[in-house]
Amino acid sequence: MKGNFIDNLPKVYGIYTGGFIGFIILMAIGEQMGMTAKAIGICFVAFTIFIYALIGWLSRTAQVDAYYVAGRQVPTVFNGMATAADWMSGASFVAMAGGIYFKGYGYMALLVGWTGGYVLVATLLAPYLRKFGCYTVPDFIGTRYGGNLTRLLAVIVLTVASFTYVTAQINATGTIASVALDIPFQYAVYIGLISILLCSMLGGMRGVTWTQVAQYIVLIVAYLLPVFWISNEIGAGFFPHFMLADEVARIGELEQQFGFVKNSAADLATVPKGLAGITKAHSAVNATPWAFISLALAMMMGTASLPHVMMRYFTTPSVKAARKSVGWSLFFIFLLYSSAPMLATLSKLSLIDPSLPTGIIGKSIAEVQAIDWYQNWNAANLMFVSDFNGNGTLELNEFFMGGKAVVLATPEIAGLPYVISGLVAAGGMAAAMSTADGLILAIANAISHDVYYKMIDPKAETAKRLTVARVLLVVIGFAAATIAAMEIQGILGSVIWAFDFAMSGLFFPLVLGVWWKRANKEGAIAGMALGLASGMGYLIWVRNGGSGFLGITQLTFGIFGAAVSLVAMVVVSLITSAPDAATQRMVDNVRVPAGKSII
Amino acid sequence: MSKNEQHWEKTRGLLFVTLAIWFVFSIGIFLFGAELNEISGPFGYPLTYWFTCQGSLGIFVILIFWFAGRQEKIDEEFGFAEREAD
Repeated sequence: MKGNFIDNLPKVYGIYTGGFIGFIILMAIGEQMGMTAKAIGICFVAFTIFIYALIGWLSRTAQVDAYYVAGRQVPTVFNGMATAADWMSGASFVAMAGGIYFKGYGYMALLVGWTGGYVLVATLLAPYLRKFGCYTVPDFIGTRYGGNLTRLLAVIVLTVASFTYVTAQINATGTIASVALDIPFQYAVYIGLISILLCSMLGGMRGVTWTQVAQYIVLIVAYLLPVFWISNEIGAGFFPHFMLADEVARIGELEQQFGFVKNSAADLATVPKGLAGITKAHSAVNATPWAFISLALAMMMGTASLPHVMMRYFTTPSVKAARKSVGWSLFFIFLLYSSAPMLATLSKLSLIDPSLPTGIIGKSIAEVQAIDWYQNWNAANLMFVSDFNGNGTLELNEFFMGGKAVVLATPEIAGLPYVISGLVAAGGMAAAMSTADGLILAIANAISHDVYYKMIDPKAETAKRLTVARVLLVVIGFAAATIAAMEIQGILGSVIWAFDFAMSGLFFPLVLGVWWKRANKEGAIAGMALGLASGMGYLIWVRNGGSGFLGITQLTFGIFGAAVSLVAMVVVSLITSAPDAATQRMVDNVRVPAGKSII
Repeated sequence: MSKNEQHWEKTRGLLFVTLAIWFVFSIGIFLFGAELNEISGPFGYPLTYWFTCQGSLGIFVILIFWFAGRQEKIDEEFGFAEREAD
């Protein structure tokens, strides 16, 4: 790929999008002609993975600059798409609408947190780190504060946060691959992993960038098409985002009518693990202000500390482009996030409204158990009904669903053709793969660049550096897949933890590195070490029955970690000597877009 | 005051304005979530609900582009903008 590839990007991805839509139409025709659901699922997943692997192979490179930062020539809009794919994981794609479906308003703090964080990225960090010219986030910490210890601590925080995150993503690719390809989960995890490595191993950041753009296009089509289709199918309006007010109000009415009946512990024990019923109001404010705000705040500060997001802005051609690119990233994220509550609304209404043909609440239990889609999803362990009160009809509190089912099953419930379900599987796969790629690359790059090249062997040649980077990529990938195969934790829980870990250790060392000249090496060491340790300690304490304080839960422990980090960093910086004149000049330089980069 | 200091002062001013707007729509309004939700918002959604699913999100997008434009102007004013086009 030569320089003019960049000029041709709109054309290349235009043709790609057209080809993908053509493929969807082809599958729809195939379905009409009698292709089985299973064959369609396999075609969708295999075809898209083949395309990503092809892009990964075409982007192969032997240059350090291309491998670590895609040659710093990714245009703003395309970097925005790549960041959106990097950002939106299996959790955003598969689990978010489900969370909103079950918990309503209180859960939507995540929507605000996962978007508002980009304002912090744009104003506090991205342009300055781009000016710095680093390859990795620890590279910035190590150069700004000086010393190998700061660099190492940054690598540790990065690894803890990103590794927690990546196991969840590989788990998600495994889940989808096992359903779509009909193979056991333990093998599907490794198929997912190999697909992920195909995108990143040969081309590093360059390969990941161009596959992420391709993955964004697949995932956004796969998310929006069903939302619009379902909305039209059940007559809720042709543009759901502007037209669901009546549906939201109707859900409120039905909630009043049915009431939230609490099930006894003995009844709940019969419900399969992982399934939940609707227990919280949909649109009414059902969380205390602090519960909502603390979760949003933790996610916002976590966003601004996650290295796999930050490193996407190292690939833009200029500081100016880095700023704009953050705006584009959030725009592309907004397209999906603003649709998730609409999908949750449509899904919930079509299931619970007795006046709709798809509504099941109020029907007899035997009738519901005879429905085709109920049987399919019940067999997949994602749906369950039980007549707790023995009256023979299904009540709201007697219907249980898995969080994933909202995205995966709603198309089928609303009566959409199977081709849409195949498309959704491909979209979920794209979302999980793109995030896993970014995360594995962030960890492998930090260890290969900061630990191996900067600390162990500073004289290593390019070829050797890239070999080490690639070997690490494979090792980390396999380690993550092995842990993912054990299925220790849910997807969403571990994603939220990753944000808390990142903000505990990195938020203030990064921000103060640019905005407070007086911050020094000792302060940064204290900030990172005490921040991460106290955040982790708090999590362990709460997990083991600790009561917690100030309403900080195991989902928001980063607030405590970051507060400790801030205090430690300021106090230790002030009682030790100010950074030397060279460091102060470096900070002055970072603050000005013009001129050469620092490194 | 040196040119660098003036530039940084203006940059910091812009930061505070941007973060103030960010604060209102990410935290401020949710302090009064229950009260505001009684009001009917755009397209007929309850107001707080609308902010969590569209309003705040959209405002963040616009805010970042606005910030980027203002910061570019500040950089140009002091001759600190990069020369090459993006």
